[in-house]
Amino acid sequence: MAKSIRDKVAVVGVGACKFGENWQKSREDMIVEASYEAYEDAGIEDPQRQIEAVFAGAVYPREGTGEIAEALKLFGRPISIVSDYCQTGTDAFRFGVFAVASGMYDTVLVVGFDKPKDRGVSGPTVRFDKVRGLPATPAGWFSLCAARYFETFGAGREDLARIAVKNHHNGTLAPKSMLKREITVDDVLNARIISWPFGLYDCAAQSDGAAAAILTRADIAKNYRQDPVLVKAVTIAVAEHPQRDPDFDFLAWKPTLYAAKDAYAQAGIDEPFRELDVVQLHDCFTLTEMLTYEDLGLCKKGEAKDYVASGTFALTGELPVNTDGGLKTFGHPTGATGVRMIYENTLQLQGRAGERQVKGANLALSHNIGGPPTTCGIAILGNP
Amino acid sequence: MPGIASYGAYIPQTRLPLSLASGRPAKEGGPERAVANYDEDAVTMAVAAAVDCMAGFERASIDALLFASTSYPLREKQGAALIAKALDLRRDVATSDHAGSLRAGTAALASGLHAVAAGEARNALVVVGDSRLGPPRSALEARLGDGAVAFLISERDVIASFATSHSIADELQDQWRSEGETFTHSWEDRFVVQEGYTPNLCAAVVGLLEKAGIQASDVSRAALYAHDARSLGAVARQLGLASEQLQDPLLGKLGNTGSAYALMLLAHALESAKPGERLLTASYGDGAHALLFQVEDPIEKLEPRRAISWHLARRRALTSYDAYLKARDLDAREWEGEGDLGLSATIRFRERDADIAMLGGRCQGCAQIHFPEPRVCYKCFRKDAWEPVRLSDKSGTLLAYTFDYFFPASEPPTIMIMTEVEGCRVHVQLANARPEEVRLDMPVEYVFRIIHRAGGKPNYFWKASPLSR
Repeated sequence: MAKSIRDKVAVVGVGACKFGENWQKSREDMIVEASYEAYEDAGIEDPQRQIEAVFAGAVYPREGTGEIAEALKLFGRPISIVSDYCQTGTDAFRFGVFAVASGMYDTVLVVGFDKPKDRGVSGPTVRFDKVRGLPATPAGWFSLCAARYFETFGAGREDLARIAVKNHHNGTLAPKSMLKREITVDDVLNARIISWPFGLYDCAAQSDGAAAAILTRADIAKNYRQDPVLVKAVTIAVAEHPQRDPDFDFLAWKPTLYAAKDAYAQAGIDEPFRELDVVQLHDCFTLTEMLTYEDLGLCKKGEAKDYVASGTFALTGELPVNTDGGLKTFGHPTGATGVRMIYENTLQLQGRAGERQVKGANLALSHNIGGPPTTCGIAILGNP
Repeated sequence: MPGIASYGAYIPQTRLPLSLASGRPAKEGGPERAVANYDEDAVTMAVAAAVDCMAGFERASIDALLFASTSYPLREKQGAALIAKALDLRRDVATSDHAGSLRAGTAALASGLHAVAAGEARNALVVVGDSRLGPPRSALEARLGDGAVAFLISERDVIASFATSHSIADELQDQWRSEGETFTHSWEDRFVVQEGYTPNLCAAVVGLLEKAGIQASDVSRAALYAHDARSLGAVARQLGLASEQLQDPLLGKLGNTGSAYALMLLAHALESAKPGERLLTASYGDGAHALLFQVEDPIEKLEPRRAISWHLARRRALTSYDAYLKARDLDAREWEGEGDLGLSATIRFRERDADIAMLGGRCQGCAQIHFPEPRVCYKCFRKDAWEPVRLSDKSGTLLAYTFDYFFPASEPPTIMIMTEVEGCRVHVQLANARPEEVRLDMPVEYVFRIIHRAGGKPNYFWKASPLSR
């Protein structure tokens, strides 16, 4: 029987660079800006002495851990790098949590970063590694559930559009977000189609960015900050390939179903909708957010559109989701996204989220889903 | 005497109304030609014709595969071996390519007949496909068409027995294409007709009739390569063939399909042929080649093929000349093909059973089929207990779809679908359909197509196509 990770590890500092098309910033710039902000947040003055190990996440670079050591001048200690689609950041965080919980290290740095905007293309690269390697794009993968889901539950593009409108609004309130523009349902419906039913505004903004977190043992956390947040759960689940799984029903993404079950068990959560105060979930596409409400058990299968229509997940609603604008408008530098969610949830739990603050937030969940999709990462943070 | 045991054909769905090239709108019922789509070439069309031909016949019985084309895209690398793999034929099949002349199709057919007559092969499959390009907006472009035909040659149970053939060789520069050139050249039309087409075709047919000891009036149907309607009429008159003996040359419907042309007309004749009839076919190119067949009783028992009539009826007219340029990959593109060697040859090699032959694996533990065949079963987790299952000739169901405008295609959107075939999931593109025609749970069949051109070469895989019988 697996033991729980609950309350053993604390987040004592977070940081992020401005997300966006950072033409003037290199990966080094972004890694340094996010990490040094996290150092400052944790009161770390001598990182070369205090940071014992680094767990990084990035999808695009092929330069290994050397560039992280060079950027931060952290030598003579372990640095690991995770690269596994969109849940990369959450998985880097998970390695950091387990490294501290094992007792091997007191204090570690988690940093997620990516710089897709150096590649000269406006979306993900369409590569041909194999004949069947990539017969569609990520928008093509994630939209495969749409027709069947729409038909089964009577949902449509308008329901998805409301999610984009919500996240665009939230993004205007986050200082470091990429896009700061209110949009309307009509804007979403009239935009050019990328992969039906996804128009331009149904798709996350691919951007450059980096985010960082300082983790330490819960029992010494107050040496850094008086208001540490505790890790309640962190998990990764890998599911059947949805394009091969003979039982896939096109109504729910299995990776999230698997990961949520484990995360809630770790955190001791029975009724996620009532117990959680704030959620950051992987809105790579609007339909992903719609399915994820249900897959995380925040509502019953098929009911998400009603919750969306009634504003349940808006900033002023019962359970605010993607308070900083999400991938949609904060931006989606793939390796950074999971750590950016840790950043946002930590600010929310500490009451430091400014205009987008959710009152009295005590328990916060973050969620990534990636690949075709096959993998999901979930982290749950809470106040002591 | 060996002969034809089965036949099949393929005409792409896309048609170019000829008026579009001169900027005039298409007129209902006006002249048109068949156009291979951007994901089709001589190979994919040949595979489709062969699938039609082999319906109801055991593919494992094929001993030889002969492929003819003047437009097969690779200079060095055999088309027949690729087609044999796509058809999932036996490993010990004798394959050969015939090329270089519009007579390549009849030459391959004759070789297949000779191989069976000599006892070298019990069953030979002859497939011929062409997709030639005339210069944009030229008269040649308007006259050409794209298509393919296939014949199963056997010793026994033939629907048309082979009587004899007669071949003429000639040297003149009437139509040609050099290494590296995209478009076929043609010398002045009257020269081609007066010094090339007419004398050669007549000499081949006259020689054939003499060999067979029959008169032109003894021929039930003549499927003759047509340069154009007028010159075909002149040839028929010179040979003493009445107009009702002439097989419709399908000008203004199909177009001149090169090395496959006369043989596609022969296939069309077979669709309605009766036992005892004599069928004559003759190709033209660097000479001419005529073959004579006698229709036999088993033709009454052969299940109807799609062949020419079904494909002629299944048409979709392009609405602009620009769409034609896109369909033939002749337009300037925003995206470039990759300039390197393309896909890893070793990955292609390892995955050819899945990619080219569309073989899945059936688990011997739980009978679940997977595509591609994994090592461990999804359902019962049994390891390495698989038997190959050919999925390309099964029909499937469309379970999910999306219209992808981001995937680099000549004609966005790319329709991406999940299909279920024999309980197995296969993620493919949908061909021959527009977004508004896509429905959940609609039946599909699988067609061999070019999936992309990474490395500047055609890379083949299967797509789905709406199933209409």
